[in-house]
Amino acid sequence: MRRTAICTAALLAASAATAEPVEPTSVSYGEYGAVETSLSGNPGDPDRGREVFSTKSMGNCVSCHQVSGLDVPFQGEVGPMLDFVGEYRTPAELRGIVANAKNTFPETVMPSFYKTTGFIRPGDGFTGKAAEEPLPPLLSAQEIEDLVAFLMTLKDT
Amino acid sequence: MKRMALTAAIALLAAPALAGGADDDTLVVNGEIEMTTKADAPDHLEGALDQVISGWHFRSDETQQLQTDDFENQGMIFVDAAYDAWNTVEGTEEKSCASCHDSPEDSMEGVRAVYPKWNEEAGEVRTLAQQINACRTERMGAEPYGYTSGEMANMEALISVQSRGMPMNVAIDGPVRETWEQGKEMYYTRYGQLELACASCHEQNYGNYIRADHLSQGQTNGFPVYRLKNAKLNTTHARFKGCVRDTRAETFQPGSPEFVALELYVASRGNGLSVEAPSVRN
Ligand code: HEC
Ligand code: HEC
Repeated sequence: MRRTAICTAALLAASAATAEPVEPTSVSYGEYGAVETSLSGNPGDPDRGREVFSTKSMGNCVSCHQVSGLDVPFQGEVGPMLDFVGEYRTPAELRGIVANAKNTFPETVMPSFYKTTGFIRPGDGFTGKAAEEPLPPLLSAQEIEDLVAFLMTLKDT
Repeated sequence: MKRMALTAAIALLAAPALAGGADDDTLVVNGEIEMTTKADAPDHLEGALDQVISGWHFRSDETQQLQTDDFENQGMIFVDAAYDAWNTVEGTEEKSCASCHDSPEDSMEGVRAVYPKWNEEAGEVRTLAQQINACRTERMGAEPYGYTSGEMANMEALISVQSRGMPMNVAIDGPVRETWEQGKEMYYTRYGQLELACASCHEQNYGNYIRADHLSQGQTNGFPVYRLKNAKLNTTHARFKGCVRDTRAETFQPGSPEFVALELYVASRGNGLSVEAPSVRN
């Protein structure tokens, strides 16, 4: 419990107070793919993050990742289990991985959730029809911040 | 605080344990057709796969069971329907399939195992569906079937049944080579906003669950497949279309040159597996 409180406080402090979200094309990735500044300028909400993680029409992260604490059936196994990811990853690393995992893990099958151009045969959602770039990113800046906040709660308590 | 308590409570209900990988069951149909459902990968897959595995191994026991007996395999009902079509005279030439090919048992044995293949006269790679439509339009003077229509799926199944148990043996050299290379390139291209290739799911991750779906190698030896989900036979290109769509990409059209090339390549990845059509899937 105390850990969560500290963690939330730290997140609040870390996020710069700029209200304008960083555009997907302007995100600055570090050498290993980490993103230091908050994408939305606002702190993340771990409860919202859990919802984004678990909901098919949102992040749908559970299609590839397992988190034991979630009450979601049929969690996938394409990606690693994330039970303790908040233990060994920093918020900046997690932000970078969710925004564009290919900067951290080249060639990974994990989709880039904050990317809008440079796709091959981009489609309009799941309609199978063509769409013009830039596409809306899979997740908003705030949803990514919410996910980072949620992932930071995944610790060996 | 309340959140933490909730999470802890939920943790007790823990996620179900998933059993990955292909199972070790064996497939014998009607107690007599012994299917090769696992085989050494063809040479051209060296470095990619050691073993090729039928999609049958990735389905539940209940679904697998349905494919072991033609009385339980609902796909066979559609094969029966295609027998009627085979014998029905249609078109300006007043011919049926039977007019040229007699009975499917006599004339169609082994055909499915080598398709898609080069058609010398037409100078092109043809899928079985394209050959069926070439016969309909050129020899019968009849309307072509819709590429992924029920009539097409049924006729493909009737023809495929005559090769059940025979190993897939699609040629990849000679005049088809260029088309095969095109299909191979497509197989490894990461399409759509999700940037996923066929290989992302069916080569790198077969045996793993992606949500509730147990990923297979995406082999075509069982096609057309009867799906419990829509209670009819489903064609290869309809499946390809669905898989490309699921990457949030603009799909290709069934029957398009791209999907023909992809089918040739994917079929060749299954060389050595038995023709199983009509197989049963969820
Ligand atoms: C299509 C599959 C897929 C989806 C969907 C997916 N991931 Fe991943 N993820 C992976 C794979 C595979 C890896 C391992 C990286 C690699 O490829 O080496 C990974 C790695 C990660 C890591 C790093 C774990 C570590 O140990 O460092 C995090 C964090 C993560 N994913 C979070 C997410 C979140 C959050 C979402 C949803 C917004 C998501 N993933 C959606 C496949 C996926
Ligand atoms: C996002 C993951 C994903 C991608 C990418 C994907 N598929 Fe699939 N595919 C599936 C799922 C899930 C199924 C159903 C379960 C199974 O058989 O794997 C499936 C089934 C199939 C089947 C039916 C196999 C059988 O035995 O019934 C074929 C054939 C197939 N895919 C081919 C392809 C081809 C070709 C591509 C690339 C154009 C492709 N898939 C891309 C997820 C994917």
